[in-house]
Amino acid sequence: MTKKLKIVVLAKQVPDTRNVGKNAMKEDGTVNRAALPAIFNPEDMNALEQALRLKDRFPGSQVLLLTMGPSRAAEIIREGYYRGADGGVLLTDRKFAGADTLATSYALSMAIKKIGPDIIIAGRQAIDGDTAQVGPQVAEKLNYPQVTYAEDITGFDGDKLVVKRRLERGVETVKTPLPAVITVHATAPDCRPRHAKHLMKYKHARTFTEEQDNEHNSYLPIEAKTNLRIPEWGVADVGGDEIHYGLSGSPTKVKKIENIVHQAKESKILTSSFEDIDSLIKELFSSHTIG
Amino acid sequence: MANFYKDNNDLKFQFSHPLMSKIVRLKEQDFKDSGNIDYAPSSFEDTVDSYDKVMEILGEICGDVIFPNSEEVDHSGPHHENGRVTYAKGTQQNQDTLTQAGLYGMSLPREFGGLNFSMVPYVMAAEIVARADAGFANIWGLQDCAETIHEFATEEIKEEFLPRIHQGETCSMDLTEPDAGSDLQAVMLKATLNEQDGMWYLNGVKRFITNGDAQIKLVLARSEENTTDGRGLSYFVHDQKWGGVTVRRIENKLGIKGSPTCELVFSNAPAKLVGERRMGLIKYVMSLMNGARLGVGAQSVGISEAAYREALKYAHERAQFGKPIIQFPAVYEMLAVIKAKLQASRALLYETTRFVDVYKSYGFIAETRKLTPEERTESKQYQKLADMFTPMLKLMASEYSNQNAYDSLQIHGGSGFMKDYPIERIYRDARITTIYEGTSQLQVVAAQRYVTNGGYMSQLREYENRPVKAEYEQLKKIIAEMTNQYEKAVEMLIGKDNEYIDFHARRVVEMAAHITMSYLLLNDAQIDSSFDNSAQIYITKAQSWNDERFNYLKNFSPCQLSAFQAIKEEHVKEA
Repeated sequence: MTKKLKIVVLAKQVPDTRNVGKNAMKEDGTVNRAALPAIFNPEDMNALEQALRLKDRFPGSQVLLLTMGPSRAAEIIREGYYRGADGGVLLTDRKFAGADTLATSYALSMAIKKIGPDIIIAGRQAIDGDTAQVGPQVAEKLNYPQVTYAEDITGFDGDKLVVKRRLERGVETVKTPLPAVITVHATAPDCRPRHAKHLMKYKHARTFTEEQDNEHNSYLPIEAKTNLRIPEWGVADVGGDEIHYGLSGSPTKVKKIENIVHQAKESKILTSSFEDIDSLIKELFSSHTIG
Repeated sequence: MANFYKDNNDLKFQFSHPLMSKIVRLKEQDFKDSGNIDYAPSSFEDTVDSYDKVMEILGEICGDVIFPNSEEVDHSGPHHENGRVTYAKGTQQNQDTLTQAGLYGMSLPREFGGLNFSMVPYVMAAEIVARADAGFANIWGLQDCAETIHEFATEEIKEEFLPRIHQGETCSMDLTEPDAGSDLQAVMLKATLNEQDGMWYLNGVKRFITNGDAQIKLVLARSEENTTDGRGLSYFVHDQKWGGVTVRRIENKLGIKGSPTCELVFSNAPAKLVGERRMGLIKYVMSLMNGARLGVGAQSVGISEAAYREALKYAHERAQFGKPIIQFPAVYEMLAVIKAKLQASRALLYETTRFVDVYKSYGFIAETRKLTPEERTESKQYQKLADMFTPMLKLMASEYSNQNAYDSLQIHGGSGFMKDYPIERIYRDARITTIYEGTSQLQVVAAQRYVTNGGYMSQLREYENRPVKAEYEQLKKIIAEMTNQYEKAVEMLIGKDNEYIDFHARRVVEMAAHITMSYLLLNDAQIDSSFDNSAQIYITKAQSWNDERFNYLKNFSPCQLSAFQAIKEEHVKEA
């Protein structure tokens, strides 16, 4: 089979919430992004691997990363390059700022329409928000079928893509027509390592914005610089209705943020006496664990 | 999420050495590939930045894949069946991951798919891999064979074999035979030229061959009939695809158990000649051996690093008498000495590597243009330094890795003797480093000529001439006194008969080595004060080690030798 696929991988730059220290939260209860290193969202990495495996199987296929964020999120595109992707787009615009999952999905879907891929692969969810909404919402906005919780894209059956899904009590194999959105679960294979040669080449890739305020690769010839330019798209590039972008497109309103202190108590030893059982039942009632 | 490069500042430190700019400029031949090959660097900063970032890739693989696999690999080992070897599952995964990351062929030129890295990052990679799994470090390190092909083989052979290294094909160097170990002149494996097809055919047996079932093999064989010494040996390359080599057995070893050690049978195995006939041992194996000894130096430092980390961790965790054992002088002295020996041997490792780097690059440049007289002089000077430092490094780094593994296990107490902690594996893995690629005793033989011809002395004086900051003058004075003492020790040997010199050789070689490492640590401390403690500890320890050697030599009268010689008449008594 000589399929040449155009695959878009949706990836997000997230604060690394896996090793949080004292400074992880600000006074107001929001994430202190400055204190946490910015990383490639782990499940998006699993998604990238699935895309690269399709490219291995169908030579000539193209893997593109799509990410939305501030200028520094260009690192996501570079990271994709290092591992074997062919390119990517940074969606960045002040008008995108303050987006919740709905406004994000709108922006991503507009960009995807412009790219026109066969397959869109994303991580199941990001470790900062844990909503798992963006992938499915993108599918809805594009009116594409969606396959969530994917663990392995096994190949094609005719024109349909065959995907194994990791469910709570087993594995389900489904077939989907293309184009489709697939979200990948953490149990899918880890992403391959960075490739030394890709790294040495693409470490010089910069967005126009980065080039303006960064003298780092000033020693590169102009021609090499423009060949390695990472495109930045704003609202003007992807079109659409401005009302659906950023804050105005975000119905999610944060009502209240509470600081929860997990009180890890030592285990309590109860006897089988009536008093102990009675006090336990009362405690469980009052903590709303039962009743 | 461990990274064995990023968690160790002493590694990146090496890239800041003043000689690096020369090394990079020579290796990149003034950045001739820039603009032609998309991953070639365009400046010194660009190159060193790539070294740093690529070491990061390697460090992550070592931390997240190779080290976690090491216990299981040690336990299950390779499998031998029907004349072939299958790696342990973890070994294969290590190999595949490093290949996927494009790290193989690190030092080969880009035209053969390599990264064209200089020796410093290449040796660093070997060190980091060895820290993760010393046994796997052999499979990784055998890409050194490609260096020999690159240096000495014809263009045709280079094109046939070199690009396959980057694809992940592995190598072996087939030298040892049942009756030819330290004495390689006794190699018997027979090579016969077939005039019709121009190929050579190999027949015989090789033993103790690391990774013996490799795709690409370099074989030392006797090509000249009716010869018995090294001058009848030539060097060959054999492709596994050509057939004719089977693995008769694999050894059951004390350590480095993941690395298959094979006994091989060659029956009419086709091969191609590398370089010139009769130069096999004299030229090519000597070159390969120097590379391999540098590799064992790196492996030893990696093992020392692993041993140090395990000891430090355990000494903090383990409490006795109401406090962590690291609080006790008997324990913290041991730990501080482990660290000092580790950093001293690392300093020697990279100093040696830099010397190798410069002269090797000149060698490759000389293939494309004539070197200027100044360049030729400099190349020779660095080659001499490399030849001088390589046996000293192999000797000291391997002995220190054993001492460090021993002390680290001691800090673990009874737990260290159990299979529950990595230190028991590290301890077993360390043991081979003083044996293979030339035993410590043979390194002394290689080094002692630089004692008697003044080679070490002149380099020590060179170090002595380098100015130091005022606060280091006191330490420097100690080293200068040690140097004078060493000079006296050498004088005591000059003019004595060979047996007498051989008898004391290790003592004086070690004295020179202690002084060398003292200077190197002092030098590191000038640049980065994090080396201060190790410099101070090492230099004062070295002073007392040298005093002991000097006193022994001074008080030794030639007639005492006979007491030692008497042992030759003893035999094992049987009831």
